[in-house]
Amino acid sequence: MSTVKTLEDLKRIREEAIEKRKAKAISGEVQVIVGMGTCGIAAGARDAMKAILDVIEINNLSGIIVTQTGCIGLCEKEPIVQVVLGEQSKVTYGKVTPEVAIKIMKEHVDGGKPVQSHVITLT
Amino acid sequence: MKTARSMVLVSADPESIRRGSEKIYSTFQEELSQLGLQDEISLSWLSDSGRHNALPMVVIYPEAVIYGPITPEDVPYIVEEHLNKGRIASSLVAPIHELSGRIAWLSSRKGTLPAEKRIVLERAGIINPEDVQDYILHNGYKALGKVLITMNPLDVLNEVDASGLKGRGGAGFPTGQKWRFVSKATSNKKYVICNADESEPGTFKDRLVLEGDPHSIIEAMAIAGYAVGADEGYIYIRGEYALAQERMRLAISQAQELGLLGDNIFNSGFNFNIHVHSGAGAYICGEETALIESIEGKRGEPRSRPPYPTTNGLWKKPTLVNNVETLANIPAIIRKGASWYRSIGTPKSPGTKVYTILGNVNATGLIEVQMGITLREVITIYAHGMKGNSTFKLAQTGGSSGSIIPASLQDTPMDFESFNKAGVALGSGALLICNEDTCIVDLCKVLVNFFKNESCGKCNPCRIGNDRAYQILSNIAEGVGTMQDMKDLESIEMYLYQMSNCGLGQTAGTPIKDTLSHFRAEVEAHIKLKICPTGVCRMSGHKVN
Amino acid sequence: MIVLDADISVKVHKAVQDAIQKYGASDDELIPILIHINHDLGYLPSQALEELSVIFKKPKSKIFSVASFYGMLSTTPVGRHVIRFCESAPCHVVGGRVVFQALIDVLKINPGETSKDGKWTLLTTSCLGICAVGPAFIVDDDIYGNVAPAQVQTILARYE
Ligand SMILES: Cc1cc2nc3c(=O)[nH]c(=O)nc-3n(C[C@H](O)[C@H](O)[C@H](O)COP(=O)(O)O)c2cc1C
Ligand code: FES
Repeated sequence: MSTVKTLEDLKRIREEAIEKRKAKAISGEVQVIVGMGTCGIAAGARDAMKAILDVIEINNLSGIIVTQTGCIGLCEKEPIVQVVLGEQSKVTYGKVTPEVAIKIMKEHVDGGKPVQSHVITLT
Repeated sequence: MKTARSMVLVSADPESIRRGSEKIYSTFQEELSQLGLQDEISLSWLSDSGRHNALPMVVIYPEAVIYGPITPEDVPYIVEEHLNKGRIASSLVAPIHELSGRIAWLSSRKGTLPAEKRIVLERAGIINPEDVQDYILHNGYKALGKVLITMNPLDVLNEVDASGLKGRGGAGFPTGQKWRFVSKATSNKKYVICNADESEPGTFKDRLVLEGDPHSIIEAMAIAGYAVGADEGYIYIRGEYALAQERMRLAISQAQELGLLGDNIFNSGFNFNIHVHSGAGAYICGEETALIESIEGKRGEPRSRPPYPTTNGLWKKPTLVNNVETLANIPAIIRKGASWYRSIGTPKSPGTKVYTILGNVNATGLIEVQMGITLREVITIYAHGMKGNSTFKLAQTGGSSGSIIPASLQDTPMDFESFNKAGVALGSGALLICNEDTCIVDLCKVLVNFFKNESCGKCNPCRIGNDRAYQILSNIAEGVGTMQDMKDLESIEMYLYQMSNCGLGQTAGTPIKDTLSHFRAEVEAHIKLKICPTGVCRMSGHKVN
Repeated sequence: MIVLDADISVKVHKAVQDAIQKYGASDDELIPILIHINHDLGYLPSQALEELSVIFKKPKSKIFSVASFYGMLSTTPVGRHVIRFCESAPCHVVGGRVVFQALIDVLKINPGETSKDGKWTLLTTSCLGICAVGPAFIVDDDIYGNVAPAQVQTILARYE
């Protein structure tokens, strides 16, 4: 990215980001987002993250992007993992232990069916 | 208890009872269960709303509508209109001029948004904090561009002033006024410090912003620097927040790469740079002058004031110290304007407040809501009720220096003015909600222990007073307290308040004062009857010295 | 004063030099430097304070007064692993007391003590800012939340 000197530069970066997002969604890319604030980590987010990465590595999966985000304030439900399949809307999971994470990877990311028992609503 | 979507309160003062509010209550019960709404809508009593002509009265949250005077015959209509169809039954709304001051504030609460209103935490938990592009995608750095390209420093000061924003670091000092002080101070060098020491027990709202949305603080600090004429900033982050420090450092280097920090930002000739400074485990370093001492590489002992940091701060230069949450409001205020900001919250305390919800409730975590909501709303709606259907006994607000609020005060609106009037501190926004299994002596002991450990030791009243108070409380908890001990606690509390050098000591007595004024009988039970009513204290009969 | 053997002395010197290299010897970096050395060595040995006194041109007593002020710095040796248990009210109210007792039972040391084999030091601390997942404690740099008494043994077993 080049430096930002005008409001147009800023707008350009925004548009690039939007484009990138669209392209990702259209190509059916899968995003797995792990809440990695300190609360989440204390509640075991690293273990969940590790389990997710292990599944990807062991099964040699591709087209899956694993990213992180901060804490959203639902500390009771930590660790929190969100899954976005292509253009579908985001599904949020709470209390994701490594076992649950593996289940999510198998049934939702791979099989396309959300693991209803751990889905939470963001209110 | 399940989450309620609405909450109905029926006034229960003697006058209302005389005029038949018990019948109103039972009619509500019948109507709600007929419609099968009893699980969604909680029904309870409103203890004291002051004397006025609108009794008996019904208050419905989250819309905060006051109906009155109400007869049992009105109830089916209210249930149908308001609770079932979601329309306000305007013909029954109480006229404001008939309400006592104690309840009339509710009508001044603007908006009827039941949902959380996020300004400070708009992006936390939504964006990838390590990706600056994601921040820009969510309107990031727009405010800084607007300020540097289209506004002069005075415009910025005026805008912040007009927003009515008040400091969220505890004291509630008007932010615009503070900026003006620093702007007026003449000096060739000024500093902006972001106070991210956040060590108040039960508080972690700042961490959420630092970890989840670090660029917003950079943007706000640069705006502040431009407004007051500073070109250098420090973010003082407590040592325990390792992840927050890491994310902040990364964000700063990304901003530098993009030219959003450094020289000649947005071609405006304005230069600004930011350093991250780590704390090393001392609560007192959250006090602004102690924080400055600590950045200078010294013991974090507060300075005597005046002079204030606004004229004699870091390296004796004029320095603006603001809390993380205060700063996080700035970009939105600039982007959307002061009048937008004023349309949220109460007239005297505009904007939102972030609260951390802790203790014996079903959903702990963090909420950002308009100023002026009540504790009862927080517990029923946002905290999803008390854990295991237990009974609410007390809430402790604002960390250790906050107040202990008994259940009877749960309808006081939480904004700076009302809390001041009720003698309660809003403080940092921690809400520790305790059920009937909490022993007041035990809780007070833990709170005082915090001050005993965190007193910097510079002044005697605080160092010795807290130590002695802890000892006395321990003795009461072991069943060897005397009635003289209660008198001693009262005088320690007074000396702490009157003679301590800084805010730590001055507020350290609050838990003691609140304990003795709201829960005296429970303390006396420990002393006179030698029993702990909740069975928490050991009551071993051995003195601790 | 504890007399250090030559090996340790070299280590201390290196830690001090590394920190100075990284932060530079200006007053506002003193605390970051102390944190760095403390992290490297587990505590701040007298020799380190002495070297800093020379570098910063300040009496050693001044450096010591700073080092002894802050809770995350230690001027006495600690065990291989340091446990900091949160004893503030929010953790306390949701069961911190029982977890702390479990720690004491497993480690067989009291708060403030180091175990005989030099493996553990048990300290208490004020709120760590993760109260929503309390009771909480830290082992070295690792944070544990939502701890139940029964988990204590498993968590400690992860450390050598
Ligand atoms: C003992 C003590 C501890 C404090 N701790 C903090 C803190 O952790 N964070 C904070 O922002 N302000 C803290 N303050 C308040 C600061 O001194 C200062 O008022 C505040 O940073 C100003 O920012 P604001 O105007 O944005 O609220 C503390 C004050 C005292 C007396
Ligand atoms: S009270 Fe234990 S982490 Fe805050």
